[in-house]
Amino acid sequence: MTTKVLMKGNEAVVRGAIAAGCRAFFGYPITPQNEVPEYMSKYMPEAGGVFVQAESEVAAINMVYGAACAGVRAMTSSSSPGISLKMEGISYLAGAQLPCLIVNVQRGGPGLGNIAPSQSDYFQAVKGGGHGDYKMYTFAPWSVKEMFEHPSLAFEVADKYRGPAMILTDAIIGQMLEPIEIPEKIELNLPPKPWATTGAKGRGRNSITSLYIVPEDLERINLEIQANYKLATEREVRFQEFWIDDANLVLVAYGCVARISRTTMTMAREKGLKVGLFRPITLFPFPSKQLLELAKSGKHFLVVEMSAGQMVEDVRLSVNGEAEVDFYGRLGGIVPSPNEILEEVEKLLKPSLYQVMASAKTSTN
Amino acid sequence: MKVVFSRPRALSDVTMAYCQGCTHGIAHRLVAEVIDELGILERTIGICPVGCSVFLYQYMECDMIEASHGRAPAVATGVKRVLPDRVVFTYQGDGDLAAIGTAEIIHAAARGENITVVFINNTTYGMTGGQMAPTTIPGQETTTTPGGRDPIKAGNPIKVCELLAPIEGTAYIARASLTSPANVMKAKKAIKTAFEMQLAGKGLSLVELLSSCPTQWGMPPLEALKHVDEVITPYYPLGEFKRVN
Repeated sequence: MTTKVLMKGNEAVVRGAIAAGCRAFFGYPITPQNEVPEYMSKYMPEAGGVFVQAESEVAAINMVYGAACAGVRAMTSSSSPGISLKMEGISYLAGAQLPCLIVNVQRGGPGLGNIAPSQSDYFQAVKGGGHGDYKMYTFAPWSVKEMFEHPSLAFEVADKYRGPAMILTDAIIGQMLEPIEIPEKIELNLPPKPWATTGAKGRGRNSITSLYIVPEDLERINLEIQANYKLATEREVRFQEFWIDDANLVLVAYGCVARISRTTMTMAREKGLKVGLFRPITLFPFPSKQLLELAKSGKHFLVVEMSAGQMVEDVRLSVNGEAEVDFYGRLGGIVPSPNEILEEVEKLLKPSLYQVMASAKTSTN
Repeated sequence: MKVVFSRPRALSDVTMAYCQGCTHGIAHRLVAEVIDELGILERTIGICPVGCSVFLYQYMECDMIEASHGRAPAVATGVKRVLPDRVVFTYQGDGDLAAIGTAEIIHAAARGENITVVFINNTTYGMTGGQMAPTTIPGQETTTTPGGRDPIKAGNPIKVCELLAPIEGTAYIARASLTSPANVMKAKKAIKTAFEMQLAGKGLSLVELLSSCPTQWGMPPLEALKHVDEVITPYYPLGEFKRVN
């Protein structure tokens, strides 16, 4: 049984998290994610969970740390400048190998920036952001439906590989309304957490720390964390392909830009241009293997982002020189239109005057 | 033979890393004795600080969590809110609680978080080499106040008990010292009252313990204790600042 409802992305992520067994939310207001704590303050107590409006983003992420230590599925949400503040806590969560969920409804930066949609926190999400060698399991929804579904995926991965997960979204996905079908119940896969600090009843004490003074001990923990990343990279990669098989040019985009790029692809196809779309759903682990395979089959890539070029670096690393990778980005909270991306596509697919002349010369010889 | 003195069950049988004459060991023991006496070892969760007592998680037999610098009251909030029937305490130094973590302690107090805070005030940053703390008293020499703390240049000390007692969410606020058997007994009584306040669900309880730091003060241990009595205690008066019924 499902119920069809019209819902905002920021509400869907709340409903999805609660359906996924999240029972603690700690947050702080910042636009454009304010509906997340607002809905949480209503729905979380109804679900028997805990809601606290913290005094700062720093306190909120540390409350998540405490609830995660206690073995509860816990989350926080924020937007770009607030996520920067949470980075200290996220590094500690990674160091202590604690599962949790952080939702980033990105806005324009750097600094105070603006409240328009952006994708310029990609590096911060997938490359660490805080200190030390760590990453976050990062999911990039492109619809309200996925805003509902991704918390469950993110919590599962966070629990399985014991580290913080992030839903990296933006002001468009967070603010837009779409009809979605909500299942009556989601089957939960809640693993036991024998390491949790819940009181030492019937067992020896548990302690949770990220402090390892002896370098060999700290290296061992780091290697454990890296081994989990490797396993997740083998098992948890998610992506979507559209019209790839015969495509000469493959657009690579995530989140709302992937959706816009899908429209571009359709427009290009109508003009007879062989354009496809590759959409990473997990940004870490990144679908590198799949992109390399496409590169080897002779595709040319155009990465489109609302940033100065962040994911494009991962695409280039993935294809490892086997394909041409071009980039088109808008900054400052400007959303590229399908037409604008199509212009870029046409530039890349239209042979240059030099190429036309060279080919004419070859044919006359 | 009758056993008249032994290690509390809540205190681990390990060698602590503290300097000679440091009073952290006494403070740890008092917390452990109180946990034993209240019979709460199996439902207590402690939050460790950053600073000299950073290894506290290895010294206690209850579940322990290492928090980042100053954030222990936020971590404790997370634990206590999801496990309200457990006993949660933080153990924090003066840099941890009164400098980097000022916002966290004030807001945990304002929310009336039902947790217990053991606050160690030795008026300096011990672990990092004796720099000025928010609690360093005027005129006190530290590595960052080489001519003695001048409030005009370096600001004034923060009196944590006096700051927190007026906040509505606090249930019990007291200051004790660890300089003599009599003072240690008073400190233990205060710590026990603080935990009892939590067990009764009254709100945030805090015990400030005036402590010595012979190494960073450059004094022999006994002289350091005398310094606490004669110089520091007059600036930070002992006693209960708040006790709700």
